[in-house]
Amino acid sequence: MSDYKLSHLQELEAESIYIIREAASEFENPVMLFSIGKDSCVMTHLAEKAFYPGKVPFPLMHIDSKWKFKEMIEFRDKYAKEHGWKLIVESNMEAFKAGVGPFTHGSKVHTDLMKTQALLHGLEKYKFDAAFGGARRDEEKSRAKERIFSFRDKFQQWDPKNQRPELWDIYNTRVHKGESVRVFPLSNWTELDIWQYIRLEKIPIVPLYFAKERPVVEIDGNLIMPDDDRLPEEYRDKIQMRKVRFRTLGCWPLTGAVESEADTIEKIVEEMMTTTKSERTTRVIDFDQDSSMEQKKREGYF
Amino acid sequence: MESNSKLNITEFLDRDEQKDLLRFLTAGSVDDGKSTLIGRLLFDSKKIYEDQLDALERDSKRMGNAGDHIDYALLLDGLKAEREQGITIDVAYRYFSTNNRKFIIADTPGHEQYTRNMITGGSTANAAVILVDARTGVITQTRRHTFLISLLGIKHVVLAVNKMDLVDFDKGVFDKIVKDYTDFVSTLNIPDVTCIPLSALDGDNVVEKSSRTPWYSGKCLLDYLETVPIDLDRNYDDFRYPVQYVLRPNLDFRGFSGKVASGVIRKGDTVMALPSRKTSRVKSIVTYDGELDEAFPPLCVTLTLEDEIDISRGEMLVKPDNLPYEDRNFEAMLVWMDEEPMDVSKQFYLKQTTNTTRARIDNIKYKVDVNTMEKSKVDKLVLNEIGRVVFTTGKELFFDPYHKNKQTGAFILIDPITNNTSAVGMIIDRVDAKDMVHDDAIAVLDLKKLGIGESHRDAVDKICEELARQGLTVKIKD
Repeated sequence: MSDYKLSHLQELEAESIYIIREAASEFENPVMLFSIGKDSCVMTHLAEKAFYPGKVPFPLMHIDSKWKFKEMIEFRDKYAKEHGWKLIVESNMEAFKAGVGPFTHGSKVHTDLMKTQALLHGLEKYKFDAAFGGARRDEEKSRAKERIFSFRDKFQQWDPKNQRPELWDIYNTRVHKGESVRVFPLSNWTELDIWQYIRLEKIPIVPLYFAKERPVVEIDGNLIMPDDDRLPEEYRDKIQMRKVRFRTLGCWPLTGAVESEADTIEKIVEEMMTTTKSERTTRVIDFDQDSSMEQKKREGYF
Repeated sequence: MESNSKLNITEFLDRDEQKDLLRFLTAGSVDDGKSTLIGRLLFDSKKIYEDQLDALERDSKRMGNAGDHIDYALLLDGLKAEREQGITIDVAYRYFSTNNRKFIIADTPGHEQYTRNMITGGSTANAAVILVDARTGVITQTRRHTFLISLLGIKHVVLAVNKMDLVDFDKGVFDKIVKDYTDFVSTLNIPDVTCIPLSALDGDNVVEKSSRTPWYSGKCLLDYLETVPIDLDRNYDDFRYPVQYVLRPNLDFRGFSGKVASGVIRKGDTVMALPSRKTSRVKSIVTYDGELDEAFPPLCVTLTLEDEIDISRGEMLVKPDNLPYEDRNFEAMLVWMDEEPMDVSKQFYLKQTTNTTRARIDNIKYKVDVNTMEKSKVDKLVLNEIGRVVFTTGKELFFDPYHKNKQTGAFILIDPITNNTSAVGMIIDRVDAKDMVHDDAIAVLDLKKLGIGESHRDAVDKICEELARQGLTVKIKD
């Protein structure tokens, strides 16, 4: 019997494939959210596995806040093209034209308008009844309690105190018109699992994850890499070259780089095992207020 | 423990890749020190990063309940509302790993009104850790937790006798609790029970054997969790393959995607499709990483067959010499999860494996009091109540008793109006139609009462036929 042993990664992979197929079978119009981060790349890879040799039966959607790193956008377009995904890109153009950005409006307003509102608008526009997200439960405290199939009401809001019981692998996918479900196939993966899987499966990821000499400027204790000419005047003469990498990817003014020599996955894992900071500390938005992620999630953020 | 010594990273990753996964449930009340125990498992396995600890020290000073100690509970109680109340209110999942295994902890609360959360957290668990306070011993709540664990079919249970420091590590106290507990457990169906004396606050017998319990010869908690064998807990005997998705990328390929729920399937094996009972042979076991010669649970694969057989989602592939029950009538232990009490006149949706059908509650044989295990007659179940219930479904289900096969013996009941998961069930056995209290039909249309004349009878028949095809059987009363 012991021949039939699976490693934890094989077991996690099987669980994720089951979740993805289940959602694809039971919802009329699902979409996979693509943040272009490493978790997103693992999720799309698992979706490709789930439907092999067929094509993935739902599109990818990227919410472009208009402040993403250029390398991310290049990677996104190349990835979608090479892997045959239908790609939808949505932005809050109204807010963009009004000049909303993290430097002028602060991270809270920017995140709400350019990410949360753009996402809600995108889901509404295409009438998606299910949206896959790459969130993991080990990332953050409020995520640790979220269901794999997480119900959203007509206003896309999450009610942590009123979640549907979720047992075994029998997922309740029933919703009324206008309601939807966020599906998290990577719920049980940890950061180490993700890296390990990227290494084993040779999954392509954005080069920003690997250490390289890059121009950065220190803003409120974060190492920010100015990616276009929207860096405020006062910082422009403070830019310096440092060998850095990014542990998470997002809007460039809101994503701190870390000084690092890790230019391979092995070195990244080694750094991770000996480092003393968890990955979300490089995300500026989590520090707006205590329990801020829970607040954002209640409002519809992923 | 992850060693901090310089270790060849490739070696580390290669070893890490081979680790298996243990999912376990922790149950206990707010005062049993459960969060402290989990915090210590995470902390001592060096999974808690320094910045989380920084935040913890700040939080502890503000609202901690642990005096001079680090309040591990604050690390775990994520949501705002419960932080303010100082209690855990839902299932929270935690992750850590050692040199030998990866672990997923389902942390669930102990109060009665949240039985449903414990059932939720326990449904995927291989093992359970039940905490008791050494000063109070086995209490009603301990019995309740153990009963729920046996109901869920969790095979490995640890009774963690915590706060041994507060009873001076007295062997007599521990022995008494062990005796009380084993006496109680003998009435339930749990094959593997282990009792460990520990102090979560001081760390005795948590990740290392304590020198303060020289009279205890067993393993410490982490050692137990790292070594408890779980690969034999799966059912490798009865092949069940609920079809999840039909894959037809082109005219030449027709594959049936699904998870091997139980049993083992090999290339060339003869399989039977239910309910059509048509047979064929497995032509290939397709995966993205290449074809396999055999597949076993819980692998997700795609099967192609030698012959063209029409099979849809919700149908099942099995082996002709090993069939599940095929029936519309069965009885199950049902746990009511909804704030709204059971309405026996409702037609629920019942989801079992990948199959959804309408279902009606035929009768409630009895309710079990989770505190005393006493049975009583009731006419409905309310939140957190458990009963033995007889069901009739709209179409045939393919199932096994839950104790034989968790995958095909479990189901959820969905309220047709609110769409909430109202209840969850574990099938005990099929029931003969002649023993059913009610008519086999799920719904009855009384044409006379509705004022529908004979001239509409053809249309009514057609509608009923179509409803039956969609899984809803309606009986016409003339």
